[in-house]
Amino acid sequence: MTPTTNKEPMEMATAGSGPERDERLDRKPGVAERGTGHSITIRGLSAYYGDQHAVRGLDLDFRAGEVTAIIGPSGCGKSTMIRCLNRMHEEVPGARAEGRVLLDGLDLYAPEVDVTAVRRRIGMVFQKPNPFPTMSVFDNVAAGLRLTGTKGEDLRERVHRALRAVGLWNEVKHRLNRPGVGLSGGQQQRLCIARAIAVEPSVILMDEPCSALDPVATLKVEELIDELKDRYTIVIVTHNMQQAARVSNSTAYMLDGQLVEHAPTAEIFTNPRDHRTERYVTGKFG
Amino acid sequence: MAEATIPTVRAGRSTFERPRTARLPDRALKWGLSALAAMILVIIAYFFARLLGESSGAFKRYGLSFVLGNDWDSSRGIYHGAALLVGTLITSTIGLLIGVPVAVSSALFINELCPRRARGLLSALVDLLAAVPSVVYGLWGVFFLAPKLQPAERWLASTLSFVPWLGGGTPTLFNYFIAGLILAIMILPIVSAISREVMATVPAEHKEAALALGATRWEMIRMAVLPYSRAGISGGAMLGLGRALGETIAVVLVIGDAPVIGHHLFSQGYSLAAVIANEFGEAQGVHVSALFAAGVVLFVLTLTVNVVARWFVARGSHGTRGTGATGMTVAAPAGEA
Amino acid sequence: MSVTFTLSPVSSRRRRTDRAMWGVLLALTVLALIPLVLIVYYLLRKGLGAWSPSFFTTDPTGSFFGDPGGIRSAILGSLEIVALASIIAVPIGIGVALYLTEYGRGSWFAGSVRYFVDVMTGVPSIVFGLFVYIVLVTSHIGGNFAAWKGAVALALLMLPIVARSAEVALLLVPNGLREAALALGAPRWRMLLRVVLPTAAPGLLTGSLLAVARAMGETAPLLFTVTFALGATANLGQPMNTLPYMVFTDIQSPRAAIVQIAWGAGLTLVALVLILNLLARAIERRSHMA
Repeated sequence: MTPTTNKEPMEMATAGSGPERDERLDRKPGVAERGTGHSITIRGLSAYYGDQHAVRGLDLDFRAGEVTAIIGPSGCGKSTMIRCLNRMHEEVPGARAEGRVLLDGLDLYAPEVDVTAVRRRIGMVFQKPNPFPTMSVFDNVAAGLRLTGTKGEDLRERVHRALRAVGLWNEVKHRLNRPGVGLSGGQQQRLCIARAIAVEPSVILMDEPCSALDPVATLKVEELIDELKDRYTIVIVTHNMQQAARVSNSTAYMLDGQLVEHAPTAEIFTNPRDHRTERYVTGKFG
Repeated sequence: MAEATIPTVRAGRSTFERPRTARLPDRALKWGLSALAAMILVIIAYFFARLLGESSGAFKRYGLSFVLGNDWDSSRGIYHGAALLVGTLITSTIGLLIGVPVAVSSALFINELCPRRARGLLSALVDLLAAVPSVVYGLWGVFFLAPKLQPAERWLASTLSFVPWLGGGTPTLFNYFIAGLILAIMILPIVSAISREVMATVPAEHKEAALALGATRWEMIRMAVLPYSRAGISGGAMLGLGRALGETIAVVLVIGDAPVIGHHLFSQGYSLAAVIANEFGEAQGVHVSALFAAGVVLFVLTLTVNVVARWFVARGSHGTRGTGATGMTVAAPAGEA
Repeated sequence: MSVTFTLSPVSSRRRRTDRAMWGVLLALTVLALIPLVLIVYYLLRKGLGAWSPSFFTTDPTGSFFGDPGGIRSAILGSLEIVALASIIAVPIGIGVALYLTEYGRGSWFAGSVRYFVDVMTGVPSIVFGLFVYIVLVTSHIGGNFAAWKGAVALALLMLPIVARSAEVALLLVPNGLREAALALGAPRWRMLLRVVLPTAAPGLLTGSLLAVARAMGETAPLLFTVTFALGATANLGQPMNTLPYMVFTDIQSPRAAIVQIAWGAGLTLVALVLILNLLARAIERRSHMA
């Protein structure tokens, strides 16, 4: 477990305390053992849209420094689930969530927790690239930083750093002041990723980040994910199983709001334990 | 293949051909409606032409000094209407300065901040302001607003006496400020409705992007809602301006009806629409022509503002055509009287 | 390297700004509604006192001294003139809207008609009065001032409102319905009459009612077209009394009893306009629930 020091009373989730934790996940020593990185632990998460029960009693662990893919048929609740991680789910009128989401042992749903602080630490990249249309490339990346009062040289440096990290720097360095929406789809998505990492979050959530992109742009984003995973814990929802196989360390399969199986990626596609997983990954269903 | 039992040719003509008489109603309808639509254009053109014609007398006599000269005196038969134009502009500007911020704030509050259940009630109440006839606004202004605000106006005028034009004079009962204030109230519903509608078109994804970065609600509004809605709100404000420029009855009752350019905020004045309402009944000869000329100036003013406003609103719709409620709300303004 | 992790709350300055802005926007919204409350309160306070059975059943006497009378002729006059204006404006407005949605899509002609109708909504109502004055009054067609001429001015005012809202209502009719009717072999006019118009009817009605409510409250177009009369009359070819006009002239009277009439008439006018507005909204809501 990642050692943490914390002022608030914390809820420690101990390894293996969740029901049926897949031991295959523990075989390879993770980055967590090196003592860096951030992990998320979900215990008993249920999410509702009014009366509709979209996520049911989910237990899941996202290990630090790894990319975890979430796959499943449409409507299985994967998007809802990750939106519970940065507490965006509750922005929908009539929506609510119960259960515990622990970031490095700290319950994000505790009553004293400020929701905007949660979102500062957990960044999100959306399915459709959504740079702010009235802002320039620079201002888009700087948007999150400006909220916390970063300015001047410090701001400029961080923006440039983020743009370099996503591999956009050479493409936009001469047009930093032009509108963000003037870029191609793939560039816009990388811009949104830059915007998310500029504030140096602990975790990055990606909700089908490539589904609106062409194959070339998709490839670039996947390479980027591979580079980023050394520094961030990444959770990626995808409906594309090949993509999950390419980018992730472990994959979780969800069905009807529940977790069916969570295993190292190589195993879940070649040797799934649950027959439901097998049906999905072999294309018999979904 | 089954035999065709319905002959496709009958009496020398294909059965798919409709007899000429059956096509008549369609044709008649089409041409009738087109004629109707054309009639609108004709009426508008005729409108403008007659207006210009009747006012040509005054324009010929005074030329540009009709709007630049300041001396409107029907007893001497002199008609230079700068005071009217200035009065129209001053009261409308006051109306805008007070009305637009309040209207946009109410739109922001209703759309983004207030609890969902209250949204319908609040927006219905704001819209209800538009249902009050302008003569009732005038009634209320004369007997309630003007007298009630006098002490405050006197205090303002004396404490702010160092501010040019704002203070320093003695407030009269009826003045620019009261007229401007009532105009602000009258344009509130239309600016608020348009702002609400424009803000509702902000795509959720931009708001989500802001929230996901850890923005507070107000920061999200500043980052995602306001910049996106800027053009549309400006258009709405200009439509409000058009409304204020043309408002007649409420203004004529509370502006003081003095054909002078008032020296300070709380002094009497006049407006183009008000002078027409007041003097038309007894006007003769050149006077009539002068009043028509005032009407032309007013018409051109409101027309220009409206055209520019619609351009803004169209630009601010970001591709979504302004049908839906914009059709309804946008149909509501115009100088009421 | 151990990771120190805290979920420090967002800076209190940002929290304070957020809360403050919430308060400011709420305050301004309340400010926007205060005039409404005050107007309703004052109208009721001053106007109810004037209301009485005789208030509604007698005509104004027009005399400065003595009994000022009631507002019967004003109510009747308003109803008559607005009814006539509606008879003119509503069919024409719906007709123009029909043209724009069913026949004119995309043509430059329809585009310019729509544009100018739009622009017409911004014309000050007094200008309509001036126009009718030039065209109908000075030319002495059918006498000088007459109720029907005022109705024409009001109709000009109502026309763009009806046309725009009718266009919206017609556009809301799903295209699939039109296509279904045409695919069954119905001629265009029948499709419009039997399918489109009935489906759009609630929206058309709502828009028309709102235009009627608007016309009821207008004063300026009547000033030099209808002018004024004391007695109730059904003769549309003569001057006639109307509620807005009556309020307008009575406000300026030095005699308190007459000002009282103005309040009572104003309350009546607002009540009528309010009823029309609520009716329009009720129809709109019912059509959404159906």
